[in-house]
Amino acid sequence: MNKTEKKNTPVVEARFSPASLLRKIIGSVSKAHKTYGLEWWIMIAGIVIVLFMLYMAFFPQTIAPFSALDQDTGPQLSAPDKTHIFGTDNLKRDVFSRVVFGSRTILGVAFSAALLSSIIGIPLGLFSGYFGGALDRILSLIMDSIYSFPGLILAIAFAAMLGPGVINITLAVSVIYIPTYFRLVRGQVLTLKEELYVEAAHSIGAPNIIILIKYIFPNVIATVVVVFSLNIADAIMTEAALSYIGLGLPAGIPDWGMDIAIGKSFLPSGVWWMITFPGLAIILLALGFTMLGEGLAEILNPRLLEK
Amino acid sequence: MKGLLRYAITRILLTIPMIFILLTVVFLVLRVMPGDPVSAMLGAHAPERVIEEKKEELGLNKPIIIQYFEYLGQLARFDLGESMVLKQKVTDPIKEKLPATIELTLWGMFFTLAIGVPLGAYAANKRRTGRDFGIRLYGNVAYCIPVYWMGLMMQLVFGVWLKWLPIAGRTSPRIMSSLFSNTGFYLIDTLLAGNLRAFGDVAVHLLLPSLTLGIVLSGVFVRLTRANMLDVLKSDFILAARARGVSEKLVVYKHGLKNAFIPILTMLGLQFAILLAGAVLTETTFSWPGMGRLLMERIYLRDYPTVQGVIVVFAIMVSVISLLVDLLYAAVDPRVKY
Repeated sequence: MNKTEKKNTPVVEARFSPASLLRKIIGSVSKAHKTYGLEWWIMIAGIVIVLFMLYMAFFPQTIAPFSALDQDTGPQLSAPDKTHIFGTDNLKRDVFSRVVFGSRTILGVAFSAALLSSIIGIPLGLFSGYFGGALDRILSLIMDSIYSFPGLILAIAFAAMLGPGVINITLAVSVIYIPTYFRLVRGQVLTLKEELYVEAAHSIGAPNIIILIKYIFPNVIATVVVVFSLNIADAIMTEAALSYIGLGLPAGIPDWGMDIAIGKSFLPSGVWWMITFPGLAIILLALGFTMLGEGLAEILNPRLLEK
Repeated sequence: MKGLLRYAITRILLTIPMIFILLTVVFLVLRVMPGDPVSAMLGAHAPERVIEEKKEELGLNKPIIIQYFEYLGQLARFDLGESMVLKQKVTDPIKEKLPATIELTLWGMFFTLAIGVPLGAYAANKRRTGRDFGIRLYGNVAYCIPVYWMGLMMQLVFGVWLKWLPIAGRTSPRIMSSLFSNTGFYLIDTLLAGNLRAFGDVAVHLLLPSLTLGIVLSGVFVRLTRANMLDVLKSDFILAARARGVSEKLVVYKHGLKNAFIPILTMLGLQFAILLAGAVLTETTFSWPGMGRLLMERIYLRDYPTVQGVIVVFAIMVSVISLLVDLLYAAVDPRVKY
């Protein structure tokens, strides 16, 4: 990285306006392919996958030849052929159409769960890190403990208590990622609050809440964006796992994890298509968000690249 | 040595609030959250009187704070209560299933390291080449593979198509279960009994599930080993070793890998939680009679004391493992001092 670029993307920016932030992100991203090469293409690949999946989720009818619930699309349990490119399942439903419609469920749940945990985790991290004291110590201990616990098992406990349903599964998934945002934001705030411009703001009498919102929060956003993308990938895996073990959704909602669970019982008779395609879809979707997140991480946070 | 001891004591003391908090979280999730275990078990149409009686019997009518202290008191006596569905203590099935999960987890960890560390070291050595890129891609993809899906694919290929390996259970039905009364770790039990045929049978059953876990989790270790190796390979002692004319292979895989290993060890502690979660999913996929399957079975039966007991055991396991890893880390790395 050369010197002029460093000047253009200062590590800390004191003033906050959404437009300047957006400009900064777009600016560093669009310049990035010259500096980063491979990382740039990884991110582009991630974006392409994510956009494709989003299109699938928003306009499934334009891709899927059948409805996800249509139980009369052809023969039962037929292997992939020209009409049913992913085959049909035990209820004569078209596996390809179910995969297309299933993207809605998993994307919806994963995105809302990540959003919910960030909405709770970020402010907690901001306040805890900024004000410190006993509350900070207690919160950190709680968050660290939850963080160390296997997230999926915690989500299983939540989902088992809440019962099946789209909102319940979203809640169960979101709970386990709150510590991720908390720890990330808190750690950054601890460094940021020692910055000179924060001290300057203090000295001119800016109230704490203004300092937090206008001076500290904007500098956390870049990292949060990265983690948000990686978090969606994790949430996708958790949602699929929960619905695979039967704790996710009521029957009738097309869902990849659930379809794999149904396909499992037909596996011994050699029915490979019922599990293979929903699984590949999960991998592709999670990979898309991971690649997007990691590409962004390298580009938005050049210090990572020095490794 | 004195510093190490002090560190060990501090770290052990820190584990206590961690376990305490986890136990509280488990309690909050299972007792305080909406959803009442008794009505869930008896069904929504059960008469009010029956529900009340059952609640009384289980002590669920007391104020929540009293229930909480009773729960902690029970745990302090290593008592997990009685099952709500079967006439047994919660600890009975756990004692029976825990070795199965530990056996699976340890072998899963073995394959994770056996695949992940060499690949990562190799990629670091060949950095910025096609092979490096390929291995990194493998690392990223492996991380995104649902472990149960990988398990099903393995079953399909090695069990259904090739018919090489069994796809379910810990043993074949014809193996006498009396063989396994010693430790519950089947590999050890069969060796102790000197029954090699049974040992082979157990090993073959263990192979697919633990390899599945290993492949999926190796992704993280590929990335981690690669990153750490890149750091280490830049350090002065590597340069010095090269200057002395030590062969490149020895520099990378002996001097380099040895020093990259410490962060990998720490990561192993953190990954243990993920490994356990993966084991739950692998167990359901391979009908592996361990803690994960016990958890799922009892969730369907709505046997909340057992569900709670299993999760409590998981919580304690995670805390103890992370404690052990940290202590090991401190013993290995002289820089860690409090």
